[in-house]
Amino acid sequence: MSAPRVETRVEPRVEPRAEPRAEPLVEIHNLAKSYVRGEQIVPVLSDITLDIQEGDFTALMGPSGSGKTTLLNLVAGIDKPDCGTLRVGGLDITTLTESQLADWRASNVGFIFQFYNLMPVLTAYENVELPLMLTGLGRSERRERVEMTLSVVGLADRMKHYPNELSGGQQQRVAIARAVITDPRLIVADEPTGDLDRSSAADILAMMQRLNTELGKTIIMVTHDGQSARAAKAIIHLEKGEIIGNVEPASA
Amino acid sequence: MFLLTLVCRNAFRHRLRTLLTVSGLAIAVLAYGLLQTVVDAWYAGAAAASSTRLVTRSSISLTFFLPVSYENRIRSVEGVKHVARSNWFGGIYQEPKNFFPQFAVSDNYLNLYPEFILPEDQRIAYVRDRKGCLVGRQLADQFGFKVGDVLPLRGAVYPGRWEFVIRGIFDGSDSTKFTKQMLFHWDYLNETLRRTTPRRADGVGIFVVGIDNPDNAAAASVNIDQVFRNSLAETLTETEQAFQLGFVAMSDQIIAAIQIVSYVVILIIMAVMANTMAMSARERTAEYATLKTLGFGPAFIALLIFAESMFICALGGGVGMLLTSPAAAGFKQAAGGIFPIFAVSRETITMQLACAAAVGIAAAVVPAIRAARVRIVDGLRAIT
Repeated sequence: MSAPRVETRVEPRVEPRAEPRAEPLVEIHNLAKSYVRGEQIVPVLSDITLDIQEGDFTALMGPSGSGKTTLLNLVAGIDKPDCGTLRVGGLDITTLTESQLADWRASNVGFIFQFYNLMPVLTAYENVELPLMLTGLGRSERRERVEMTLSVVGLADRMKHYPNELSGGQQQRVAIARAVITDPRLIVADEPTGDLDRSSAADILAMMQRLNTELGKTIIMVTHDGQSARAAKAIIHLEKGEIIGNVEPASA
Repeated sequence: MFLLTLVCRNAFRHRLRTLLTVSGLAIAVLAYGLLQTVVDAWYAGAAAASSTRLVTRSSISLTFFLPVSYENRIRSVEGVKHVARSNWFGGIYQEPKNFFPQFAVSDNYLNLYPEFILPEDQRIAYVRDRKGCLVGRQLADQFGFKVGDVLPLRGAVYPGRWEFVIRGIFDGSDSTKFTKQMLFHWDYLNETLRRTTPRRADGVGIFVVGIDNPDNAAAASVNIDQVFRNSLAETLTETEQAFQLGFVAMSDQIIAAIQIVSYVVILIIMAVMANTMAMSARERTAEYATLKTLGFGPAFIALLIFAESMFICALGGGVGMLLTSPAAAGFKQAAGGIFPIFAVSRETITMQLACAAAVGIAAAVVPAIRAARVRIVDGLRAIT
């Protein structure tokens, strides 16, 4: 028996704000996505409606194949939905061309991956500098930003190290530095602690919480680990491509 | 700068693979250069031919002689300035492997070849000595001949033991001139033949004809042959270049085979290089997807692959090109006298460069297109 489909409008603030709510950073309406496997069309997401406010830290949870990574990819603009609307920062990104999406991602989204996805031939410094290559910043300005960001993530003394010379936790911190270097409004993280030991995972989650609380970054994190999800302010459960139940505060 | 850094580091990620590919490229480019130089060497005689020289020979075959009396009749043809006699001697110096061309020539022969430079005192000494001979600089250097040395030859076309005294050493006006040859008096040969085998005397292998204007070459050739039409020994007159190319044509299938092999070598290395680039690009699918995720466009990914391919080809091609001249010198040495002019031409170097660039571009096309087109979500899922 499948779980009842619930159209959910997310108001995922744990602590209600006193002031009037601003326009959500992410607005999703009736979003659907399916993949073609051979001659079969496999629905992955269906009829997703969801709002995420600026400054939220939302965890997407669900079993394998529930569509959480697909939803994250759609919100991050690295995949396109079959139908529905998806507005991020007021912009309907489903209408953008590949080239426009690339530009939009470069300035609006920071990415954190499970396996870090650092360039193995570049040093920690160069990996963090990578997104800045697409900006018009000069060399000295880039240097200043990269050094400062690496200091923030505690890797000032590892700048010249290559990824294979760093531990998993350190690599993920480099990835976090790379994600925030362009000061994006939205950070998406796909299983950011999935490849880490418990201690490193705790460090990474603490760092993400700091990004959210101190720098006000909106974070959407995919995880299937309940403990990791508790670092978020709100948890959305997905199953078989649909949002199950109501958004629950992470502390619940 | 960033692109260059990324390209260089990517190129050397698998050092052994890159080293082997670069070595393969270097060998292929070197082989191509050497094979093309062999082909050039084959044509070197024709390329160095003068446009103001004609060659008159028997219309039947080179092995048939023309009467020496033809000389004055050729000289009387309009447009003809000089006529010189030349007979292939075909002697053996010590042993057959020491082959070099020897010609019995009339004394005015060098007047037709201003590219051969002979000191005046040596020319006079040569003219005065019936048994005197001239050797080219390349020949003198090879065997250590000096003026005054006796040069003994065992006759093959003209049997017997022949002895000559080296009276002069001539130089070429530039390094492309073929000076690995020996010239001696046609009169000496003819007088000896009159004594030993009179029926072979007074025969001339070819007449070298100097004309006043290259534009008149065709007319002068027709006019000379017209003079001897319906005679017992009809002539065939052609430009020196056409005469030389006639020799080349005898071995044109070998030359064609050499040229085909030279291109096959490039095709093989193109396939090897394409495989290398395909493997590299496939291994980095997730990295390219990550770059795209960060906002780098498909064009940047394609450029990255093209640049890496070109970088590896530049290394391999560069090494191959650098090695070509020394290898050609070694090849020339090892080949003995087969290729008197064996120099790597500018055209060959240009073609080596073009081949290396073509390999670089061709090898990158498919991986670049694939990497540029891969969907980010598929690329991120790729197993690295």
